[in-house]
Amino acid sequence: MTWAFIGSINDIPQRGARCVETPIGKIAVFRTAEDRVFAIEDHCPHKGGPLSQGIVHGAAVTCPLHNWVISLETGKALGADEGAVRTIPIRVDGDKLFIALVTEADRAA
Amino acid sequence: MTEKLVIIGNGMAPGRMLEHLFETAANRYEITIFNAEPRVNYDRIMLSPVLSGEKSYEQIIIHGDGWYIKNGITLYKGHKIVAIDRDAKTVASDHGVVAPYDKLIIATGSVPFILPVPGNNLAGVLSYRDLDDVNAMLLAAQSRAKAVVIGGGLLGLEAAAGLEARGMDVTVLHLMPTLMERQLDPAAGHLLQRAIEDRGIKVITKANTKAILGDKRVEGIELADGRVIPATLVVMAAGIKPNAWLAKDAGLTTNRGIVVDADMRTSDPDIFALGECAEVDGQVYGLVAPLYEMARVAAAHLSGADTSAAFVHNDTPTKLKVTGIDLFSLGDFADGDDRQEIVLRDAAAGIYKRVVLKDNRIIGTVLYGETGDGGWFNDLKKKQVNITEMRDTLIFGQAYQGGTPLDPTAAVAALPDDAEICGCNGICKGAIVNAIKQKGLTSLEEVRAHTKASASCGSCTGLVEQVLSLTLGGSYAPAAVQPMCGCTALGHDDVRRLIKAKELKSIYAVMQELEWKTSCGCSKCRPALNYYLVCDWPGEYADDYQSRFINERVHANIQKDGTYSVVPRMWGGMTSANELRAIADVVDKFNIPAVKVTGGQRIDMLGIKKDDLPAVWADLGKAGFVSGHAYAKGLRTVKTCVGSDWCRFGTQDSTGFGVRIEKFMWGSWTPAKVKMAVSGCPRNCAEATCKDVGVICVDSGYEIHFAGAAGLDIKGTEVLGLVKTEDEALEVIVALVQMYREQARYLERIYKWAKRITFDEVRRQVLNDAEKRKGYFDRFVYSQKFAQVDPWSERVSGLHKHEFKPMATVGMAEAAE
Repeated sequence: MTWAFIGSINDIPQRGARCVETPIGKIAVFRTAEDRVFAIEDHCPHKGGPLSQGIVHGAAVTCPLHNWVISLETGKALGADEGAVRTIPIRVDGDKLFIALVTEADRAA
Repeated sequence: MTEKLVIIGNGMAPGRMLEHLFETAANRYEITIFNAEPRVNYDRIMLSPVLSGEKSYEQIIIHGDGWYIKNGITLYKGHKIVAIDRDAKTVASDHGVVAPYDKLIIATGSVPFILPVPGNNLAGVLSYRDLDDVNAMLLAAQSRAKAVVIGGGLLGLEAAAGLEARGMDVTVLHLMPTLMERQLDPAAGHLLQRAIEDRGIKVITKANTKAILGDKRVEGIELADGRVIPATLVVMAAGIKPNAWLAKDAGLTTNRGIVVDADMRTSDPDIFALGECAEVDGQVYGLVAPLYEMARVAAAHLSGADTSAAFVHNDTPTKLKVTGIDLFSLGDFADGDDRQEIVLRDAAAGIYKRVVLKDNRIIGTVLYGETGDGGWFNDLKKKQVNITEMRDTLIFGQAYQGGTPLDPTAAVAALPDDAEICGCNGICKGAIVNAIKQKGLTSLEEVRAHTKASASCGSCTGLVEQVLSLTLGGSYAPAAVQPMCGCTALGHDDVRRLIKAKELKSIYAVMQELEWKTSCGCSKCRPALNYYLVCDWPGEYADDYQSRFINERVHANIQKDGTYSVVPRMWGGMTSANELRAIADVVDKFNIPAVKVTGGQRIDMLGIKKDDLPAVWADLGKAGFVSGHAYAKGLRTVKTCVGSDWCRFGTQDSTGFGVRIEKFMWGSWTPAKVKMAVSGCPRNCAEATCKDVGVICVDSGYEIHFAGAAGLDIKGTEVLGLVKTEDEALEVIVALVQMYREQARYLERIYKWAKRITFDEVRRQVLNDAEKRKGYFDRFVYSQKFAQVDPWSERVSGLHKHEFKPMATVGMAEAAE
């Protein structure tokens, strides 16, 4: 696993998200009202909606396509819906953000 | 022989260390202190009261000259140490004094962070660290001129309050959206901002300082957005940096600060560091409690009294020292799935309390307005007490624990008859009970009508209902109001009424004053509140884009695959060869996969990648197109037929009138989408009789229709009335839409709203009552001043760039290999 630098926390609006392109697809990186950051797959478990485009409230995001609410901490759908997206480890160093990338070497090992 | 202890710095941490040392090993060391400031040890935490005039310098001295003499300490005032010679074990001051040491303590504190902007060295730019800074500020304050404080943290706000108390006109600039964001959640930050503003201090958040202006002296500040704020005094309070240079020059290990172990020793075992310059376990500190803890540990090792003493990190509560503002913040108060929060808001008293729990234990607390229980919460957190048993009453504080759980009705039942229930109208409990009994009242509305209780601001509605149910027993059934969402018990109508009545002008203000149950709302209430505020406070409320649905945030329609569709405005459905050519060129250039004619007489381009949107808009903009708002809860299309221009049956210029309406009303936000149409004769080719607002032109004038639908429901329109001229028709239509904007619930289409309040009521207000109509019309025109800005051209010029670009692309090279 390697930590990849993706930018500054200030690049993301509070209660908002940005995308990062990676070999495993789009990752959505969120920043809450209280400056917590999370990274999850940008792909709703329901119909693949881009979660990065949703409204962020508390530590959850509402998918823009059909209003599923996904926990940013666990990646699981909240409420009556069932499903989950992958969460990606994210590290904050000062204002710098890093996400964990799984490399070919890790997969082989 | 006594050992020589030399201390560099004479702040609060070494002062406290010496007190501990004298308790256990009074005569072990011969002590010499070098203080760069020409003073004894004083209480730096109390600089703010000195600035505001509540205290004098003499009152904040901790150790007077006599204390140094009594303890045999040699104090060099105004001596700055310039070098440490670790081989010779000596230090040298800038006045040429060289002192040998056996043990050395570095307590050089911190230096203010000075923004690296042009003009930061002009006369009149100060920091806020020591008494010299305070004296300089007091001198500047005599002019009673304008001051700017950069930084809305603890220090900056204290400086601002002090300068304001000295008669200056103060503006605080803060880079982040809310004040003290590291210690407070946004809700408490909002309350704090209001309290600060109530003192007459201006607060500008999201303020990015670009330059400090002036020739020799400060004349003002320029922000990145171009605003210029005049000022003759600028105080930098944007943060501090540990002062570790001396240690670094001496070859000691440094990082952010001087690196020390838990015993406060640096990488040289004879040299200790403590205070703001020290870094323990990767952390540096600025609050006094951990600094005093460092002092205790260092003293224990220096005296040999406890060689196992170790510094342990503890969350320290934060308090603001501004008279009249009570706030308390502790620990981790971010929310999350594995955490629960308990929120108490008392709008009337300006109280906000939030306790964050994890595994039934407190991990964080924010208190505003009433902080008396801060110590108790801190204690529960420190001891990791399981709070399951007292969970229901925890937030009320220590005084409420131990008894039986509180039933809210029991609390009202226990109130004496002369207890005031409605503060606005001064109505006490006994008056309400008597009215209910004597007049046989059975509903909230009746109580309001007869007693006026809860008839003004409405925040005591819950109490009045409890009095009703206590008095009537089981026979009282409160009217079921559908709450807006799970975050509040209030319905849309109450929220709209209270936003106006209490003049609430931000989402955080609404959530606080109306006692929201969550700290950040949800995807249901936030867009609704944003609309209500946009509608009610044009020009004052700053649109909160993060509370808008994605389509209204990026001004395009999201599609099932995450691409977007773009619909430019075609006024009244009219277009031209040039426009069509421009659309064709855009379709080619961006490989747009689908182009479709819409039901609203315009052209939809589908399947556009989000990153391409600004470039697509730039090209469309060059051809004269603006956004069609096909994504908006706002004015969509005005469909027309060709009318008297071409049609042999046309009675009026329906195309021209449709274009006029669209040009007058585009850009306005509405509770739900609004579609219109103008037909030139009763054959109704523009299908005006199933629209939100429709016009049928006839020989004698304009028949105005409203409340149609052709979607989930199908409904023909109601006739509003007939007017003779186009001008009159425009005024009536605009007034109707404004009435709808001001009264409807978010996402409620015109046909549902009009049916709810009755069609006759709409007719009465916008057709028959000329004064009301004029009022609605004027308010619409005013709000359009702020709404009619083409969102596409704004984004082509760079607004919200972050929306359209990925933050980063990582790991692609490895993947390609």
